[in-house]
Parts: sequence; structure tokens; C-alpha cells
Amino acid sequence: MIDLNVVWFLLVAVLFTGFFFLEGFDYGVGILLPFVGRDDKERRIVINTIGPHWDGNEVWLLTAGGAIFAAFPNWYATLFSGFYLALFLILVGLIVRGVAFEFRSKDENPLWRKTWDAAIFIGSFLPALLWGVAFANIVRGVPINENMTFTGNLLTLLNPYSLLGGVVTLTLFTLHGALFLSLKTDGVVLERVQKLLKGLWLPLVVVVLLFVGWSFFETDLFEGFNLVQGVGLLGAVVALLGAGWAIFNAKYGRAFIGTGVTIVGTTAFLFGGLFPRVMPSSLGAEFDLTIYNASSSPYTLQVMTVVALIFVPLVLLYQGWTYWVFRKRVTANSHLEY
Amino acid sequence: MSVLDLARLQFAVTTLFHYIFVPLTIGLSLMVAIMQTQYVRTGDEGYKHMTKFWGKLFLINFAMGVVTGIVQEFQFGMGWSEYSRFVGDIFGAPLAIEALMAFFIESTFIGLWIFGWDKLPKRIHLFSIWMVALATNISSLWILIANSWMQNPVGYEIVNGRAQMIDFGAVVTNPNVFLQFPHVVLSAFATAGFFVMGVSAYRLLRGKDDLERLNFSRSLKFGIVFALLSLPATMWFGHLSGQFLVEKQPMKLAAVEALWESEDPASLSFFQIGDEANRQALINIRIPSLLSFLTYDTFDGLVPGINDLNAYYQKQYAGVYGEDADFVPPMIWMLYWSFRAMVGFGILMSFIALVGVVLWWRKTLSTAGWYLAPLPILIALPYIANSTGWMITELGRQPWIVQGLMRTQDAISPNLTVLEVGLSLVGFTLVYGLLSVANFYLLWKYGSKNRITAEILPMPTPASDNLRLENAY
Ligand code: HDD
Ligand code: HEM
Ligand code: HEM
Repeated sequence: MIDLNVVWFLLVAVLFTGFFFLEGFDYGVGILLPFVGRDDKERRIVINTIGPHWDGNEVWLLTAGGAIFAAFPNWYATLFSGFYLALFLILVGLIVRGVAFEFRSKDENPLWRKTWDAAIFIGSFLPALLWGVAFANIVRGVPINENMTFTGNLLTLLNPYSLLGGVVTLTLFTLHGALFLSLKTDGVVLERVQKLLKGLWLPLVVVVLLFVGWSFFETDLFEGFNLVQGVGLLGAVVALLGAGWAIFNAKYGRAFIGTGVTIVGTTAFLFGGLFPRVMPSSLGAEFDLTIYNASSSPYTLQVMTVVALIFVPLVLLYQGWTYWVFRKRVTANSHLEY
Repeated sequence: MSVLDLARLQFAVTTLFHYIFVPLTIGLSLMVAIMQTQYVRTGDEGYKHMTKFWGKLFLINFAMGVVTGIVQEFQFGMGWSEYSRFVGDIFGAPLAIEALMAFFIESTFIGLWIFGWDKLPKRIHLFSIWMVALATNISSLWILIANSWMQNPVGYEIVNGRAQMIDFGAVVTNPNVFLQFPHVVLSAFATAGFFVMGVSAYRLLRGKDDLERLNFSRSLKFGIVFALLSLPATMWFGHLSGQFLVEKQPMKLAAVEALWESEDPASLSFFQIGDEANRQALINIRIPSLLSFLTYDTFDGLVPGINDLNAYYQKQYAGVYGEDADFVPPMIWMLYWSFRAMVGFGILMSFIALVGVVLWWRKTLSTAGWYLAPLPILIALPYIANSTGWMITELGRQPWIVQGLMRTQDAISPNLTVLEVGLSLVGFTLVYGLLSVANFYLLWKYGSKNRITAEILPMPTPASDNLRLENAY
């Protein structure tokens, strides 16, 4: 008999992995926008590399949210009510960012465009940072009482370890985005991006190593170390080093795969370390939320499993297809009216 | 204000705001898909201009709908964690399915449509806008399945204080869905109809150039057809919803009618000034027996009033909530007038659309200044009807968050502070306020000035098959 609680834990992990992989590079592109696009035309090129994809990428997050709600309602309730203000900031970021993509080009006033450029930057920067903070807090454990209620406040979440986690995702997504740009642009933009790559890679290695080391003391990720975690961590580190090698040898396609695998590996490491918990409580292991005490009834899990089995492959198919349709580089060599 | 009041206010603000954009997205995506189909079928460039013109307005609106929707997805957990724990089993499922079945399609194919004008074969490009239109409807269906469960819980049992799903089929085929979904989707078509009518009228009144006039008078007819086909059906399903209420949510019905005491036969109130504190009417102008007729299709029949229902519920729930718990929705005056606004505007809009058809028949539609001039302002009518409609549905259900099972006051996240909710309420309101200004500015700019004929873009040079920026951002 397959344990559906485990299946849904895996599925949520996969959804977050997909989200970080995909939206990771489009956050990165948004963060790099002011630095690699100096004039209006260059900025439009940069934005258009993710133009057809960002919304589809974001839906990975929405689906992860929906999946948690359906499969682990107590996780959904505790996490989002507990991280209330952090989530509020993420949402504001996502709101202004999404609108900015659509509105920016629709007026020529330079102030108008600058405003939306700033919105894209902030709306990418904030979530890229805060998702790391949130996940570091989850693995570190937050105060959850016997009613599954979060008893801390915003300051509880702003501890140095979690902030470092935020810096890790921020740097990782930025590098991931830079590599995406190096595959999708050419001309001056491409040159600027390439110059940035090395400067991003080195700090990333430093913060990742720091984070892994600190996790050893701050969390229980390394207790009862399991296979998934091991493979995840090893894969992440090797891929990160490989990405460095590829960057220094100007093999950007491989480097992009490298940062991608780093993201996948890191997520596997964190989720692997949590399992079978979904939110450890810092007030005592008896208050931990697990895939069993936080879950829906077996019947709901069955229904949702059937739905997921049908629709997840379909989604992968047509989203993959759009990347194929828009596989070419975006260049300045096109009409720029409107 | 208490945390509860603030959280309710925030939910109302963000949801109503989301729902400003939703109906136009649902209706206009279909209309644009039809226009583009006409273009692909006939090769008539006029339809291409129309597709591009309305498509641009659609996209501006769509962006707002998307970003305000993201907030909705997480709000239940943020503000209403006890609710989420209680119903996650049932309510979470349609929400997750909505994301899997609809949001992915919507977001992916809209990208293809925006950026695919000269990247995709014509028919596949057309297919993408149809997928978007289809997905908006699927999305409405699932969210309304979720919402219907809150109005009329089915297919569940209560286990350890949580509602557990025992019959997914029953949840999906909730009778409430078959009334709410058509009512909502059809009213969305009417909204798009009036939007297109208003903008086209504005342009016809000012447009000199023949081609431009041709395209806008065609668009005007699209709008009229949409409005005329959808409004009577909207009202019919609304009427059926009302009849359903007397069975499942009699308090809501009594509240929208401000019917304080039970009546048989019940009269329909046209104008009432009520005394909410003492729960009675002060001035009431009524038509005898009409409410009974609307409810039961015959001129008699008991329609229970607010005070009797309250006494009844107080007895029924005395063991759970105590003797003097109150089951009367707040702000009866708001419900009463909301209902009159929605119904009144529905009738008014049908009439306006009908006059349009008569003028069309007489071939004077695009020159009838007296008819065209007010249309731009009348765009407001469906928007008011939509918002008041949701007020009725949601406010009329209070104090329940899930009818008969859970009260709103028991649903709120216990750890929230006034500071947190206050901050997010002010924050969301500010951000939404600023974005609306930008949104209306753009709609105004593209709706009123952009030339429909200049919309065709310079033909791409075949030399480069790179992604072109002109259709893009
Ligand atoms: C009857 C229709 C309807 C109703 C009542 C709601 N929505 Fe909505 N929603 C839509 C119809 C819709 C839509 C037409 O499908 C939208 C509008 C713009 C868009 O892209 O899709 C949308 C967008 C949208 C998005 C963004 C999807 C994306 O990124 O593409 C989310 C997450 C939600 N909605 C979630 C909700 C939730 C949790 C609601 C409950 C309070 C809700 N919506 C009410
Ligand atoms: C289809 C989805 C939904 C739509 C379109 C919708 C719409 C609305 C609207 C328009 C209001 C404003 C009425 C008013 O307060 O005056 C409202 C209020 C409210 N709704 Fe819903 N709603 C939906 C689902 C939900 C869900 C899932 C919840 C559960 C948390 C919910 C809980 C509330 C609450 C707490 C209020 C505050 C209003 C009050 O208490 O007076 N609604 N909703
Ligand atoms: C004779 C005309 C109409 C009648 C009798 C009517 C009736 C109703 C009723 C009884 C409800 C509450 C349903 C419930 O709580 O279960 C409702 C809701 C609603 N109405 Fe109407 N309506 C009419 C016209 C319109 C029009 C013209 C529009 C918009 C263009 C509209 C938009 C809505 C919306 C958006 C809702 C909330 C969603 C829902 O619960 O269905 N209605 N209507």
C-alpha cells in the first residue's frame, strides 16, 4: 500500500522545486534588470526573455499553495498565519512585479518606465530574499504550540541563520537568472551579463558553504541524515562547483544546468531533512506538524492523487512546449514600436 | 476596531477588488477569441484590428486580475487559519484543482498569445486565446464549487471537529453550483458586453475616419449581442438562486428583502426605511403577495422573516453557542439596497441592450448620438451589480462563514494582532489604490485614444526569426 501522505509530501516538494527552479531565474532576471539593461531598449530585451514565461512559472507557487491547502490544511494554516507579515511582503512584491511587466511598455514617459523598472526590481528582490528566510525558518523550527498555532512574531523570523538563508536564495537566483540571460540575449546585454557571472559565483559559494556549515549547529538537518538529503547536498555542491567551472570556461548552457541542479539539490536537502515533519516546533517535538497530523483525510488525498496524476504531466508537457517555441535569443534586431 | 473587524474588512476589500477585474477577463477573453476566429476564418483585416485593440485592453485588465488573485490564494491561511483547518479537506481540493486545471493553462497560453503573433502558425495562435478563454471559465467553475460549499455544505461529515470530505462527486455537483456558476459567468459576459459597448460608443461619437467607425460599430454590435444574450439568462438564474435561498439560506433571503416578520402570503418591499436596532420596518412600500410568487411561483406561501428565523436558530444552536447568540446578518440596509441595485441594474441593462438592437434593426445604431452618449458612463452598471451581488452572497451568509457549520468569528487566525492586520490592510489598500490609478489611466489611454486601425503592426522583416519585441512588453 502506498502511503499517500508521503506521496503528497513529495508532490509539494516537487512543486516547490519547480517553482524555485523556474521562478528562480525570472526573479534573477528581474533583479539584474537595472544592472544589465542601461537604456530602455536593452531593458525591454531583458524583460522579454522572461515575458512569455513568468506567469506560468508563478503558477507553480500557486499550485504549491493549493496543494498544501488540500493535502495538509494544518500546514497551510500554521505556515501562512504564522509568517503573516513576511508573506504580506512577498505578496506585495509579486503584485507590483506582475503588473509592471504588463504596464511598463504601455506608456513612453521615462518616469513611468523607471517606476515600473523599480517595481520589477523590488518585486523580484523581496521574494527572492524572503523565500530563503521562510524556508530557513521552517527547517530551523519556529514556536508552534499545542493548538498548532504560531506563537512568535516577525522578529522571531528575523534571526541571523534565516537571514543567511535569504542571502543564499537571493544570490543563487540572481546567478541562475544571469545564466538564463546569457542564453537568451546577445550584444551588449550579453557582454554585461557575462562580466557579472564570475562576480556572482564566488560569493554564492561562500554563502552556501556558510549556510551548510551553520545548519549543522542551528538545525537538526544532519541528525538521522537520510539518502535523499545526502544525494541532494552532494548534488548541490558538485553542481555548484561544476557551474563555476563552466562559467570560467564560457560554457553557459552547462552552467545554467549547474545552478538548476544546485536549486533542486538544495530543495531536496531541506525537504529531505524535514521529512516526515512539515514544520518542526521549537517548543518541543510533540508539537511538530507532520505529514500525518497536518494532513487531510485519506479520501481527499486519494481524490487529489488522481487529479494530480492526470494534470501534472499535462502541465509539464505544454509548459515545456512554450520554452521550445520561445527558445531563440531575444535581440535588439527587431521592431520596437508600442 | 477588533482584529476580526479588520480581517473581515481586508477580506472584503481584497476580494471585491479581485472581482472588479475577473468578470471582464472572463467575458472579454471569449469575445476576443471570437473576433480572432472571425479574422482567421474570413481573413478580414478589420477583425484583426479589433482583436488587437480589444486584446490590448484585455491584457491590461488581465494583469490586474492575476496579481490580485495571488493574494486570494494565500489569504485563507493568513487571516483565516481556523477556517482553513476546518475545511481544508474540502475547500482546498477545488482550489488546488483550479490551479492545476485552469491557472496553468491560462498563464501559459496567455504568454503564447501575447508573444506568439508571428512565432506561431495562425491557427495555433488562435487556439491559444481559446485556451485562455476556456481556462477562465474552468477557473470560475472550481472557485465557485469552493464557494458553493460555504453556502450549502454537502458531501462531508464532521470528524474530530473538522469537516471531512466523504463524497467528492457531491461537492462538485452541489446544486448551488448549478445556479451560481451560470449566474456568475453570464453576468461576466454581460459585463464585457457593456464594457465594449461603452468604449465603442465613445469612439463612434468622436471617430471621423471611416475604417475606424466601421470597426467600432462592429464592436458595438458584439457588445450588444453579448449583453442581450446573457442578461435575461443571468436574471433567470438569479431568480432561481433566490428560490434556492428560501430552502437553504432563508435568513439571507429574509435579509435581502428586509423581511422582519414572517408573512404568508409575503409581500415584496420596494422601498423601506428600517430600524435595525429594533429589527422592524419604519416605512415600507410593498406589493402584496409578490415575494411569495417570486419564491414559490404561486401567490401564497410562507416566507420566514428575520426575527422568527433568529429565534429558531437561537434555539437550535443554544447548546453550541449559548442562549443569546445572534444569527442576523449585519447591515441589513446594505443587503436590501444591494439586492435592489443588482436586480434593478439587470433590468435596466437588458432594456438598454434591447434598445440597441432596435436601433441596429433600423440601421441607425452608429449615428444615434442620444443612445451612444450615455453608454460610456453606463459601463459602471454591471460593475456595481457584480460587487453588490457578492455582498449579498457573502454578507448575507453572516454570521456563518460556512452555513450552519462554522461562524466567521471562530474562523479567524488566533495569533493575529491588530498591528499585523492593520499594516496589511493599509498596505494592500494603498498598493491596490495606486495600481487602480495606473490601470484606469492605461485603459483610458488605450480605450479612448489608440487608433483601432493603426493597431496593425509593421510587417516583420523575415530576415530575423528572433522573438520580436513589438508584440511583447
Ligand atoms: C467567478 C470567477 C472568480 C472568482 C469568484 C474568483 N476568481 Fe480568482 N480568478 C478568476 C476567476 C475568479 C479568473 C477569471 O480566472 C482570473 C482573473 C484574471 C486571471 O488571470 O484569472 C483569476 C485569477 C486568480 C489567480 C491568479 C492566477 C494566475 O496567476 O494566472 C488566483 C491565485 C486566484 N484567482 C484565486 C482566487 C481565489 C482564492 C478566489 C476566492 C476568494 C478567487 N480567485 C475568486
Ligand atoms: C469564490 C470565492 C469568494 C468570493 C468571490 C467572495 C466574495 C466576498 C465578498 C464580495 C465579500 C464582501 C462582503 C462584505 O463583507 O461586505 C466577502 C466577505 C467575506 N468573505 Fe467571501 N468570498 C469568497 C470566498 C470566501 C472564502 C473562501 C472565505 C473564507 C475564509 C470567505 C470569507 C469571507 C469573510 C470572512 C468576509 C468578510 C465579510 C464579513 O464578515 O462581513 N469568503 N467575500
Ligand atoms: C433579476 C436579476 C437578478 C436576480 C434575481 C439576481 C439574484 C441573485 C441572488 C439571489 C444572488 C445570491 C445568490 C446566493 O447567495 O446564493 C445573486 C448573486 C450575484 N449576482 Fe445576481 N441577480 C440578478 C441580476 C444580476 C446581474 C445583472 C448581475 C451582474 C451583471 C449579477 C451578479 C451577481 C453576482 C456576481 C453575484 C454573486 C455570486 C453568486 O452568488 O451567484 N446579478 N444574484
